[in-house]
Amino acid sequence: MTIEAKPTNGARSRLDPEAMPRRDFLGLTAWWSAAAALLFGFLGSMRLPKAAVLPSPSKKFKITLPASLASGQAYVPAGRSAAIYKEGMQVYAVSTICTHLGCIVKATDSGFDCPCHGSKFAKDGAVLKGPAPKGLPWIEVKHLGGDNFLIDEGKSVAAGTTVTV
Amino acid sequence: MNQAAEKPNATEPPASARFIENLKAFPNRLADTMFRTGRPQSDRTRATFVFGNVFLHLHSVRTHQWSLRWSTTWGLGIATASCFFILLLTGVLLMFYYKPYPEVAYLSIKDIHFVVPTGRFMRNIHRWSGNMMVVLVLLHMARAFYTAAYRAPREFNWLIGMALLVMTLGLSFTGYLLPWDQLAYWAITIGANIAQSPREVTDALGITEWFDVGGLQKLILLGSEDVGEEALIRFYLLHVMILPLAVVLLMAVHFWRIRKDGGMTRPADAEKRLGSRVDGVYPVFTAAPEKTYSLAAIVKGRTAAVGEGPEWTLPSMPHLMFAEAAVFMLTIALSVILALFLDAPLKEVANPAVPENPAKAPWYFLGLQELVAHSAFMGGIGIPSIVLIGLALIPYLDRETEGTGNWFGGPGGGPLVFRSVIVGLAAVVALEALVIRFGWLRQWWPATPQLVVTLLNPGTLLTVLYAWYSLWCLRRFDSTRAGALALFTCFVCGFIVLTVIGTYFRGPNWDFYWSPSQWPGH
Repeated sequence: MTIEAKPTNGARSRLDPEAMPRRDFLGLTAWWSAAAALLFGFLGSMRLPKAAVLPSPSKKFKITLPASLASGQAYVPAGRSAAIYKEGMQVYAVSTICTHLGCIVKATDSGFDCPCHGSKFAKDGAVLKGPAPKGLPWIEVKHLGGDNFLIDEGKSVAAGTTVTV
Repeated sequence: MNQAAEKPNATEPPASARFIENLKAFPNRLADTMFRTGRPQSDRTRATFVFGNVFLHLHSVRTHQWSLRWSTTWGLGIATASCFFILLLTGVLLMFYYKPYPEVAYLSIKDIHFVVPTGRFMRNIHRWSGNMMVVLVLLHMARAFYTAAYRAPREFNWLIGMALLVMTLGLSFTGYLLPWDQLAYWAITIGANIAQSPREVTDALGITEWFDVGGLQKLILLGSEDVGEEALIRFYLLHVMILPLAVVLLMAVHFWRIRKDGGMTRPADAEKRLGSRVDGVYPVFTAAPEKTYSLAAIVKGRTAAVGEGPEWTLPSMPHLMFAEAAVFMLTIALSVILALFLDAPLKEVANPAVPENPAKAPWYFLGLQELVAHSAFMGGIGIPSIVLIGLALIPYLDRETEGTGNWFGGPGGGPLVFRSVIVGLAAVVALEALVIRFGWLRQWWPATPQLVVTLLNPGTLLTVLYAWYSLWCLRRFDSTRAGALALFTCFVCGFIVLTVIGTYFRGPNWDFYWSPSQWPGH
């Protein structure tokens, strides 16, 4: 059996391509629409694992600064990842979550040390050493009167933002 | 008259005797019906034993003698699969008691460890087979690479193997969180933040607000901002359902492709090197067939086996089956021995306020952690992606044929691999020594922009060094295979040295210590 070459109707250029047979067109359309339907179905179902409401615990908490807190000494409430400082009449809070890979940094006399990969931060959160890509963020502090403050770990503020008591 | 007398065959024993007879024959008949085609006693029934069995028919009926030599594969693939089966069995047993909820999870592991009969033993076996599977899958890949088994027509099976490698690591990683102890919590916190680390680049470029792929990855992985109950149930689902199913599917394809792609790779002169044939195993075809088979038109490969029989093959049952069973038993024995003497660790219950110091990932990720200690993105995502893409490209770039099926085959060969080991070790040790002794950019110039720190760190420098050396080998031997041999060997050396440093020489604050006895007290 031999297969005859198709008649070419003269040379065609790239700009003047051969018309696609109707059946080929319908067949390809069917395949591609099936593929597109599967793809969009998949993408749509992938919306489910992305939570709309995050089940994280509340990041707001109230504290009472101890009267004995020395100027420039960090106050880290138990179970919270924030260091609160009182310098004179100014109060501010720095997050203690390392910007590298999320370990909890430890407040030292000179600033903060990260136990996981050796990042070191100054007291104002600036990176001194190690792989951390940016400084520790400052977080929102509200004065509630007296020695009481409301801290919101979830809200970061520009470095240098303090609350006057 | 009674009815028995009317039967045509009056000599048949009474029904009660036949009943006893059938009862006696029951065990033999059960075996016969189970194996469907009789016991494997002739070449013919040995063949039907394999292709007539749903579990064995992934094997070919006859196996080439070259494939049966230990030094062809060292049984590494079967050992990896054996680990997986041990893990399935022990994993299902652990699921009887495990409860995937924070704190409760920790208590249930404690119960398994201290109260449940054989619980500690099963958990230990599960842990050791998991570790062994990681080692074996890496060794198996190295075997396939060094014997050039990835070459045509096995390119795609190499890719499936890589997918299986990634899933094996994924299984290990997801399993790491389940005990919900300090080790688990902080390793996964670090892992999840590595998933978020593309932010390091998007932040430096200032586009995180519009394009936060890192944040999305972490969110999907944890279902929350921190490692908590949502993360635990997701990891559990991945560990016991999604990944094992995917591994089973891909394993089936992987095994099937081995057979369809022509069995184990063997050198062109394999038959000459095998020497003499095994006695008593005769060629099936003794005369050349006189007609061409129309199948030849659709069968891949150079020619169908016209004029030659499968002379160098042996029946898979018993030769291959017994070898596989032996590897399986060795694997079980090894994991049981390890499990008897070395307990799986369980630290204090997870405490989100106090990280472990040092907080270490599973050992096979400690090489990456060493790189991550310079840049989260390059160490955790950038360099691993480059390595995976490079590995995936190897079979499509190396289209040569020299040395296929030989250990360290190809231009350069063994001596090139030996030199690459020296270069690879020297480069990584020298670079690590420099970093440990003198620090890196940030210590020298604290104001170095983040993008420079990300792009120019010891990990990227090492990758560039290795790539440069491999290109030099490629040109010197005028062969892609030579370049691949050099690069693969260098990366293996780098991986080993970084893993050893991360495991044994890093202490609190990821500082360098010669031994844990020098670690500062808490």
